[in-house]
Amino acid sequence: MSEPDRSCEAPGCERPATVHLTQIVDNKSSVHYLCVTCAQAKGISPIAPANIDVSDFLSHLGETPPPPSAGVSHPCSRCGLTFDNFKESGRLGCPRCYTSFESGLRRLLNRIHGATRHVGKVYLPPDPAAADLSRRLDGLRRRLRRAVETEDFERAAVLRDEIIAIEPAGKR
Amino acid sequence: MSGFDVPDFGMSWLDAVGTSADVVLSTRVRLARNLQGYPFVAKAGPDEREAVFDAVRRVARASQLTRHCACIRMAKIDPHARRVFMERRLVSSDLVGEGRPGPHEAAAVIAVFDEPISIMINEEDHLRLQSLSSGLCIAEAWNLVDRLDEAIGRELLLAFHPEFGYLTSCPTNTGTGLRASVLVHLPGLVLTKEIDRVLQGLAHMGLTYRGLYGEGSEVVGNFFQISNQTTLGKSEEDLVDHLVRMVDTVIQTEARARHTLMRDAGPSTENLIWRAYGLLRYARLLTYKDLMELLSGVRLGVSLKLLPGPPVYTLNRMMIFSQAAHLDQAAGRELSRPERQAHRASYVRKVLSDGNEPPTSDPGG
Repeated sequence: MSEPDRSCEAPGCERPATVHLTQIVDNKSSVHYLCVTCAQAKGISPIAPANIDVSDFLSHLGETPPPPSAGVSHPCSRCGLTFDNFKESGRLGCPRCYTSFESGLRRLLNRIHGATRHVGKVYLPPDPAAADLSRRLDGLRRRLRRAVETEDFERAAVLRDEIIAIEPAGKR
Repeated sequence: MSGFDVPDFGMSWLDAVGTSADVVLSTRVRLARNLQGYPFVAKAGPDEREAVFDAVRRVARASQLTRHCACIRMAKIDPHARRVFMERRLVSSDLVGEGRPGPHEAAAVIAVFDEPISIMINEEDHLRLQSLSSGLCIAEAWNLVDRLDEAIGRELLLAFHPEFGYLTSCPTNTGTGLRASVLVHLPGLVLTKEIDRVLQGLAHMGLTYRGLYGEGSEVVGNFFQISNQTTLGKSEEDLVDHLVRMVDTVIQTEARARHTLMRDAGPSTENLIWRAYGLLRYARLLTYKDLMELLSGVRLGVSLKLLPGPPVYTLNRMMIFSQAAHLDQAAGRELSRPERQAHRASYVRKVLSDGNEPPTSDPGG
C-alpha cells in the first residue's frame, strides 16, 4: 500500500515505503513499511493488483518480449478460436485452447496469478489411468500432511480414507 | 406477471447464525468446472449446452448430496422470477442473460433443499458449484463444496490439465477454480476513513473486494465482499486459510474502529444511528441505495447495542425483500419506480413497527 509520508523501515534504507506488510504470527498482527527493494529482499513479491482486467493484460501481451510463440498465431485445433479472438473477449473457447496457446497462456497465467503450476486438488477421472492415480495420490498425501500440520483432523481423516480407497494394497 | 410464484428457498444465508454474524453476513465458496470434450459455454452450440445440462442434472439427481433439489431452467421461468433468484444470490446476472436478449435455453440452476449448496449450469463455465451460508464459515463452506465436487467428478469427465489444473473459460479462474468470499459490514472503517487503507492492504495480501452482487457491483450500505484474487499456484486449503486469517484481521480492525468511534465521537455516532432508524421508521419513499445506507446505520446500532432491535436476521431479510423484484413479487405486478419507493418504505415501516414479514402490497400501510 502506498504510504508517501513514510520511509522504508529497513535499517539504513531511506527509500519511500511503498509496500505495506501486515504479518500475523500467533494471532497477533503487526504492520511493516518497506520499499519494494527491501520487500523483495525479504522474499515478498508484489502481487497482481485488485480487479484484474484480462483484456488489459492481453492488450499488453504483445508489447513485452518475448513475443507470443508460434502456437499462438494458429487457431485452436479443437474449437477454431484464434489468440486474437481470445484477446478481444478474454474468454477461451475450449479446454484444448490451453494446449493450443500454451506458451502465451503460461505467460498470461504467470502475470495474473504469479504462478503457472497448479498445486491444489488433483482430479481423478471416473476411469483413471495409472498416471492419474499416482498424481492424485501425491496430491492427497500433500493435502493430508497439511491437514495434520494445521491440526484439521476432521479433514485429515477424510483425506486418509480417500488415500486408502485408491492406494494399491501392497503400498499401504 | 403470470406464474410469478417463487419457491421460498435459497435464503438460509440470511439466517444470521454462525460466527460474527453481525459483521459477516455470509460466506460463499464456489468452484468453476468444465466438462471435457465440450467447448466452453460461450463457444458451445445449443446441442452441446443441452448435453452438458442433461449430464449434470442426471448426476445431481443420483448423488446423495444433491438428490433433494429443484432443477430450474432460466429460460422456462418468468423474467421476474429470475430476478428474484438473482436478488437472493442463487444465480448470477450472467446465468439469467443480463445484457443479452435472454438466458441460454440450457442455462439452469440446481438448488439443493437440505444443504446450502447449488450448481449453476452453463454460466461462464459449464459448472459453478457453490456453497452460500450465513456468518463466517469459510472452511465449512469449502468442505461442503469439495464434497460436491468429488461427487460430480466421480461421474463426469472434467477438464483438467496436469500443469494448469482445472481449466476454465477465463484464465483468472484457472487452477483451483476456487473463489471464496465473505460479505462483511464495515461501517466503522468507513466512518473513521480507514477503509481505503484496509482495502489496499487486502489487495497487497492477494485479496480483492466487490459489492453485494459480485463482479462489477457497487458497494452499498458499507457491505464489502472480500475474496481471493488468484486461483493458481496455491492449494485450496491455503487460499481458504489465508482468507480466514485476513478476514479475522479485518473483523478485529472493524471492532477497533467502532471502539474509536464510540470513544471519540460517541454522541455523533449515536445521533447517526438513531437518525437512520428514524428515517427508516417514518420515510414514505425510499430508494434501494437510501435503504441500504440507513440499514447500515441501524445494523451498526444493533451491533453496538445502542438500538434494542430489530434482530440481525430481520435486517438481513430487509436487504433482500426490499429489492425491486421482491417488491414486485409481493405486489403481484410490476411496479413503477416511484411505486417501488413507496412500497419499499411501507414494507420497512411495517417490519420496524411490528417485526412482521413479508412485505404487504399496500403502500399506504
